[in-house]
Amino acid sequence: MRDGPVDSATTSTDVPGANARSMILGGSLSFASALRCKECGKLYPVQALHVCEFCFGPLEVDYDYEAIGASVSRESIAKGPLSIWRYKDLLPIEGTKYVDLGAGFTPLIKAERLGRYLGLNDLWIKNDTLNPTGSFKDRVVSVALSKAQELGLSVAACASTGNLANSVAAHATAAGMESFVFIPADLEAAKVITTTVYGGNVIAIDGNYDDVNRLCSEITSEEPDWAFANVNVRSYYSEGSKTLAFEVAEQLGWLAPDHVVVPIGSGSQLTKIHKGFLELSKVGLLDNFKTVRISGAQPQGCSPVASAFIEGHDFVRPVKPSTIAKSLAIGNPADGVYALDVVRSTGGAIVAVSDEQILEAIRLLARTEGIFAETAGGVTMAVLMELAAEGKIHKDEKTVVYITGNGLKTVEALAPSSNVSETIPPSLDAFMDYLEKKRSKVLEGMK
Amino acid sequence: MSVIVRVPAQLRSLTGGVGEVSVESGGTLKQTLDELFVKYPDLKGRILDEAGTLRRFVNIFVSDEDIRFQEGLETKVTDGQVLSIVPAVAGG
Repeated sequence: MRDGPVDSATTSTDVPGANARSMILGGSLSFASALRCKECGKLYPVQALHVCEFCFGPLEVDYDYEAIGASVSRESIAKGPLSIWRYKDLLPIEGTKYVDLGAGFTPLIKAERLGRYLGLNDLWIKNDTLNPTGSFKDRVVSVALSKAQELGLSVAACASTGNLANSVAAHATAAGMESFVFIPADLEAAKVITTTVYGGNVIAIDGNYDDVNRLCSEITSEEPDWAFANVNVRSYYSEGSKTLAFEVAEQLGWLAPDHVVVPIGSGSQLTKIHKGFLELSKVGLLDNFKTVRISGAQPQGCSPVASAFIEGHDFVRPVKPSTIAKSLAIGNPADGVYALDVVRSTGGAIVAVSDEQILEAIRLLARTEGIFAETAGGVTMAVLMELAAEGKIHKDEKTVVYITGNGLKTVEALAPSSNVSETIPPSLDAFMDYLEKKRSKVLEGMK
Repeated sequence: MSVIVRVPAQLRSLTGGVGEVSVESGGTLKQTLDELFVKYPDLKGRILDEAGTLRRFVNIFVSDEDIRFQEGLETKVTDGQVLSIVPAVAGG
């Protein structure tokens, strides 16, 4: 049985059995004190519950920031593992027994060549393609399944556009959990293969992601002992995305950047990156206190949040997706309104880009920085290009673009336009002929 | 003419723990919900706001199709169809 809500007039420190524990035992247990409804403010004890039982608003983890501030330091973080778990004091997990494949602490790269091309002097890439299963989802899944085990839930499940499927299947296997992964039947082949290899149950649904999502919500009601990463343990799962902010700040020498560009699927990642920077300020870990401008990226074939931003609405009208950026093909984004609020309140922008722009941007990133992004990364890159071209990013702004998925997962998108330079016989003469022709063309071009 | 209404776990304390209830259909979703609210009056405030419109974080599906892509509360409901009430916050 779930525990009932706590009166909304109480503060998080009034939730029974929560803070006393963290105050007594410090960093060995979680500083998460309660779940709070983002809409009506009602508080619930920490449990497998993702929406408010009164208004159905999303529940978010509340922390005892005063206690965290007294416990955490740059030095304590530096002593931690090179993974998301170095920030354990700001994550909602008790103890140190994690479901962990090594997610996080991915490179933050100064993008000199790309920056020159775009006219940006202080551009950085957070290369999250280098996570264990190739996307940022490893961060959120590591947190979600760690929490699931803590709550005694033994089955891992999710509704996925692919990256999450990979990650849940892999982490569940490593943790000895049974898994059920639900995907749209038209997913990219690579994402299916890189999920089924782990041997869990992979259920393809004859519908789009929103259909899959609805089905998973219904299953959650029937199987309350399962941990659906992005349904009933979503409040914990989403906290994993804060580490994208924590790492960037630490890698910049404990400085918040001026501007970040983030893809929008459900909108959760964007809101949690925002929350991450705010938390670092709250617990005194940043050298500079500033509002980080947060801009969002969507594909034109699924741009409900961008449309709301452009049209000035404070609601998000659901759409039927049709885009090559399948990992962002969420027509009814759960955190869309919150992403809108964050972007507007921080002075960012939300832009939607075409499939052609996405492919061009994937190539540009690969050809300037040697990073192969999936189509969602192409969306983020293409929006960065637009923002730079329109002057919405100042040339000296310290800007971080989040590239959150590996291009090897979506090779189909590039296949029609990917050709070798030349096919030749295995002879030196043939190659020298090719080289001469190529160099002549270059010379002609220069004339 | 009756339809099946699927109730999410979060609202089952208001339906005596039952996850599926059968109600008479009035022809439209709105009329069907009115029938549901006669049986379980406490559900009304959780599903509709004071103006009688669907709450922001509640989705309703008629035969697996989101009513926001149909006629909203005026969506036609026919005998034997399944209505699902689902929290909107999930996924991503």
